[in-house]
Amino acid sequence: MSTASLTPPVDTSIDTLRRIGTYVENRSAILCPPDKGYLFESRLRKVIREYNLSGLTELASRLNVSVPSPLGDAVVEAMTTNETSWFRDVHPFEAMRTGIIPEMVQAKQPTRKLSVWSAACSTGQEPYSLAMMLDLHFPQLHSWDVSIWGTDLSDEVLAHGRSGRYSALEVNRGLPAQYLARYMSREGTSYVVSETVKRRVHFEKLNLIAPWPMRTRFDLIMCRNVLIYFDADVRAGIVRKMRDTLNPGGYLILGSSEISLGNVEGFTRAVFGRTTVYRKDQR
Amino acid sequence: MLAMVIDDSRAMRSILRRIVTELGFDCVEAANGQEALDIMNGGSLPDVALVDWNMPVLDGLSYVSAVRGNREWRDVSLMMVTTEGEHAQVVRALAAGAHEYVIKPFTPDAIQEKLQILGLVGVEA
Repeated sequence: MSTASLTPPVDTSIDTLRRIGTYVENRSAILCPPDKGYLFESRLRKVIREYNLSGLTELASRLNVSVPSPLGDAVVEAMTTNETSWFRDVHPFEAMRTGIIPEMVQAKQPTRKLSVWSAACSTGQEPYSLAMMLDLHFPQLHSWDVSIWGTDLSDEVLAHGRSGRYSALEVNRGLPAQYLARYMSREGTSYVVSETVKRRVHFEKLNLIAPWPMRTRFDLIMCRNVLIYFDADVRAGIVRKMRDTLNPGGYLILGSSEISLGNVEGFTRAVFGRTTVYRKDQR
Repeated sequence: MLAMVIDDSRAMRSILRRIVTELGFDCVEAANGQEALDIMNGGSLPDVALVDWNMPVLDGLSYVSAVRGNREWRDVSLMMVTTEGEHAQVVRALAAGAHEYVIKPFTPDAIQEKLQILGLVGVEA
């Protein structure tokens, strides 16, 4: 058992925070400004305890960006993992249900193939929400080739997603009761996603600033509440890559606070209800 | 907007009252299903009722059935907030007419998100 204190000593040295922040930024391009000391302390508490470190200063001294290490991976994971919930923000899912998916069902009728990517999907609630919504509201897709990708930087959250097992606390977060009744079963204290839904979702590790492993072209990409952590150039680069990964006429859905794409060509804004999305131009 | 918190635990009523009040609701409390029906028969109709399952006098499921059996109360949204987490219980509550279901323990976010699903609390667009 670790002998480290449960609560690491408060360590607010700006150099320490900058060093950790720079390390995370170099590994993931995600900005971690040192003015958010509380964020470093709360997110890295578990890492400090697991590696039996005295605090953030010792942790910072052990990070070397040119030498990959399990400690470095753990730091990046802890600093970049964000909370999620089912059907998060409601409106984008309504936009898909009432506008985007019906349009796609028509347009993709010749191939009967639909590919969706949930980028930075954390513990899997977003891709599973999509799979549930498609199953419930678009029964005509049951005979289609529908694939939903969920990707994230963190092995830990991907393992959680692949397991399809969620606690009551997690299930409470935004999963409508009719979906709970229809697509989840109880196993002990956990709730488990049904096989019907699980088989549609494929989880893969992916760093948005590294080469992307998939060869699939997507009809719809959801990348919400992620780009805000990158600087403008990196953000534009990711959006350009996503554009090139979309089929003509495909949609990109960003978070509600991320709707400005900057200087990325090839998209046209479209509004569905209260949700603004981007549609890739046909040519 | 009026929320009715129906739970035989005073502490739980207090927690839920605080959550819904912070979301902008007025709040009325009842210690069991019968008390809640009495309040509604007295003319105070909530927009949403947050309903525990296991309570003395009249349990939550019976309360839900009674509300759904009165056409004049059809606009009242019903959300179970209960330790009953078995899948069959969720199905039973929905069949009786509950709209939403929260399993205890819960976080304030969970209540807020369920009220968003019911269209009673706004979501940032």
